[in-house]
Amino acid sequence: MKQVRRLLGIVWMALAVLAAYFCIVEFGLPKFNTGKQDDLVFGIIILFILTPLIVFGLAIFGYYSVIGEYDE
Amino acid sequence: MSEKSTKGIWKVISASSVGTLIEWYDFYIFGSLAVVISTKFFPADNPVAAFLSTLATFAAGFVVRPFGALFFGRLGDLIGRKYTFMVTLLLMGGATFLIGCIPSYESIGYLAPILVLLLRLLQGLALGGEYGGAATYVAEHAPSNQRGYWTSWIQTTATVGLFVSLMVILLTKTMLTKESFDSWGWRVPFWVSILMVLVSYLIRKKMHESPVFQKAKDEGKVSKNPLKESFGNRYNFKYVLLALFGVAMGQGVVWYTGQFYAMSFLKTVMGIDSNQVDTLLGISLLIGTPFFVVFGWLSDKIGRKKIMLAGMLFAIVLYRPIYKSMYETTNVKNKTELTEKTTLAVSEVKAKSGGIDSVYVTNKVYSDGTKFTEEKTVHLTKDKIRVVGDDKKEKIDTKKTVLANSSDRLWLGFMVLIQVLFVTMVYGPIAAFLVELFPVQIRYTSMSLPYHIGNGIFGGLLPAIATYLVTQSKDNGDAEFYLSGLWYPIIIAGISFLIGLIYINEKKHRYQD
Repeated sequence: MKQVRRLLGIVWMALAVLAAYFCIVEFGLPKFNTGKQDDLVFGIIILFILTPLIVFGLAIFGYYSVIGEYDE
Repeated sequence: MSEKSTKGIWKVISASSVGTLIEWYDFYIFGSLAVVISTKFFPADNPVAAFLSTLATFAAGFVVRPFGALFFGRLGDLIGRKYTFMVTLLLMGGATFLIGCIPSYESIGYLAPILVLLLRLLQGLALGGEYGGAATYVAEHAPSNQRGYWTSWIQTTATVGLFVSLMVILLTKTMLTKESFDSWGWRVPFWVSILMVLVSYLIRKKMHESPVFQKAKDEGKVSKNPLKESFGNRYNFKYVLLALFGVAMGQGVVWYTGQFYAMSFLKTVMGIDSNQVDTLLGISLLIGTPFFVVFGWLSDKIGRKKIMLAGMLFAIVLYRPIYKSMYETTNVKNKTELTEKTTLAVSEVKAKSGGIDSVYVTNKVYSDGTKFTEEKTVHLTKDKIRVVGDDKKEKIDTKKTVLANSSDRLWLGFMVLIQVLFVTMVYGPIAAFLVELFPVQIRYTSMSLPYHIGNGIFGGLLPAIATYLVTQSKDNGDAEFYLSGLWYPIIIAGISFLIGLIYINEKKHRYQD
């Protein structure tokens, strides 16, 4: 199980990169160009709240997994 | 109590639960009355006011709650649980009452929406601080082998708070005329809050500090800097991340799908009559709520992880079949129309713009008793020329409403109930799980943050993201576009399920104090 956890750490870090792409390119930035205020607020929340949480959170979680922080 | 017997614990439960219930009530009242609030404070034809309205909905609901969790969590770990969650109660009650007192936009202009926004932010902050305090307070009074059961009473409060808010609004509407409710009656549910808060405050005031925290305080073991110890210390921070990604994130999306997305799907995608939806949702919540306690109790016997992950797995596997079944149940394309009963009525209504709107209302009846109404409004100018929108298409609003027959209603209610049961599985044991993941010194801070990020941000964004996915899918011509919104909860719950399954070791990750 230790090895699985460590290996999966790489998957979580890769997922963080993938999430960054989707959050910024697919969900976030297009919302700024619609001209609707609802979308503007939604875009700001996606880009500045959700994206950092998922991306940095998953990346750190993955890193901790890889270095064996969750081994015990 | 100090020996952690269950003697007197009902007092603790009721004092904590009533307060938390009121906080959820206060929080939901705003959402439930959003339509009337927007007409009073945020007129849609004023862009600044409309912008403030969106901020009030999004910012307070999602963004501010984690900040409340940090601010009050820190306070709770420094000075104690009891005083902190009394402050959050008063803050919430005061903010809610004042929202009910603010003069309308017509009376005081921009000051009205700004004040509402500020008070809504205070509501979000208070809610962020309340839940962790109540859960910790109850858990620290309960015997360690019964924490799941006792804290599950706190877990019922969010659902009951939603239910009570709907009931108070319904009661107020019933007692007043439509004109009176629209004029001033909508303020009553906000004013009612202050009475409930005062009663709850007086009950809480008589309670003692959590015995576990008091002991730590007496021994000088209270944290000096809970934020630094929670998030600056790798040993604790890794558990904050585990709590967020392994449980809270999945719980948040399952919770919002079962209780809010289901409602929105029935009303907007399926076009079911709003009163029918409210009724069947209310009944499903009523039947489902005791299961929070059942699963909390069960988690003391077989473990919290198994139940929470099972709830997520059921949701991941069954959401699409459930929503497909719901959609097809009242899909009029599957029904036989009684054409001889079809009626069409045309009328002209004076529009706000000064023009005349042509309204075409078609009523259809089906052999199984289903009724369908389509109201098509064609907007005309003063000169009776059809209004053209920015997209150069004629401006026509179409509203379709389905009045489901009794057997369809029963089936839809059952489908919603199943989703509420998933909610009870993931949510019932989570307070005990989070409390046991962190030591007493930093418990309030550490458990509140992942909970409010998971529930408030991952869960709270669900309606907006799901709607976006449905729209995209519809534009791409997908035949099952209406199921596309479910990918968000399915993927998030899927990741959470995997992380929880592989990384959580309940026997090791558990503080038994």
